[in-house]
Amino acid sequence: MRRALGWLAALGLVAGLGAAFAYAPREVVQGNVQRVMYLHVPAILTAYLAFALTLVASVAYLATRRAGWDRMAASAAELGVLFTGLTILSGSIWGRATWFKGQALSWTQGWWTWDARLTSTAVLFLVYVGYLLLRAMVEDREARGRFAAVVGIVGAANIPIVHFSVKWWRALHQPSTLLGPEPSPIAPPIRLALLVNVVAFVLLFAYFLVRRVEIARVEDEALD
Amino acid sequence: MTAYARRVSLVLWKDLLTERRSKESLNALLFFALLLLFLFQFALGPDRERLQAVLPGLLWLGFVLAGLLGFGRSFVAERDNDCWEGLRLVPGDKSAIYLGKLLGNVAVMGVVELAVLLLFGVFFNLDLWAPLLPLAAVLALGTVGVASVGTLFAAITATVRARELLFPVLLLPAQVPVLLAAVAATEVVLAGRPVGEAAHWLKLLAAADLVYVTVGLLTFEFVLDT
Repeated sequence: MRRALGWLAALGLVAGLGAAFAYAPREVVQGNVQRVMYLHVPAILTAYLAFALTLVASVAYLATRRAGWDRMAASAAELGVLFTGLTILSGSIWGRATWFKGQALSWTQGWWTWDARLTSTAVLFLVYVGYLLLRAMVEDREARGRFAAVVGIVGAANIPIVHFSVKWWRALHQPSTLLGPEPSPIAPPIRLALLVNVVAFVLLFAYFLVRRVEIARVEDEALD
Repeated sequence: MTAYARRVSLVLWKDLLTERRSKESLNALLFFALLLLFLFQFALGPDRERLQAVLPGLLWLGFVLAGLLGFGRSFVAERDNDCWEGLRLVPGDKSAIYLGKLLGNVAVMGVVELAVLLLFGVFFNLDLWAPLLPLAAVLALGTVGVASVGTLFAAITATVRARELLFPVLLLPAQVPVLLAAVAATEVVLAGRPVGEAAHWLKLLAAADLVYVTVGLLTFEFVLDT
């Protein structure tokens, strides 16, 4: 079952790459750099899925105290951090290529703007890196599970609050509307390519999750 | 008074009494806040205009940093004096402890904030009297926001090694929205602009406070583990 999932994920990624580079048309305004979107958007959607799973597993752990839920929460959070990191990296690259097009930049410039979405994604990243740090610093398995679950719940509850605060903060400080890395009015081929990649990423996430939970279980058993 | 309310007030009274007798936290926090003020002035240079522009931000940075020190100590007394078991053995709803600790933290932070605000007013020639009520509202909402998560995370990190490192790392990202909202609202209020301009920020703060305190009340017993 696991191997089947792995092969399916690999297949999905190949299909996704094909859709992103061969099938999807060259975008009119931004050119080929827009294809980063086929990595960037699926990555953040997968990250949200991962953190939603962390929330569910955290609550389930506090309710049942079954170690399986704690392992699920930890694994999902780890993957969430990974995909959020991918989102930020790809978003940063995309932003540099589009927002600063035509400007002469030194190699260190242009990688970051305080765009609302980049900023709130960065905050999301920090919150869950903190979650992982907490887990690393608590040795007692039972306490670790409880503490992490509470932090996971706070982190998830904070997501909408962060979203609005950052969005309004940007509106406050940057009245001009930037031409950001938005998907242009979604033409069907672009939408299809995006969908293929989202499915591919979710499959990949599922595969990683299954494997990671398995590793965690074996680790726990070895330490018993 | 219900049993729950009595437990809350007992925790609150104990902490405030300890604080009043030892004065260790309050004095140190006040002095720390004053030092921060000086540091900001030195770091940002003598340009009065520039300082005036970033004043709300400096104010709340000061509160957040002082909060890191203040909230971090919420459960140190219990931990150091072998009273952690005592907390776990408290009868009834453990969230009463959280609420008592939260109110204590808000009270102490409130005193620190008042002092800092007055000092800011003196050093930067601010009119604090005219916007007093809206300012108090922003301060109250913001303080509950930072204290609610601070108290919960303080309980979590109380028994973790390297607490001093982990506590800020956990707390600061969680406080970002409160910081953004509080600074924006303070900016509006201190500039003498109509409070309506900051209404959405105040609503966000109120909503955030509600969410954080609710989560704190619901999850505190799991932090203590009973």
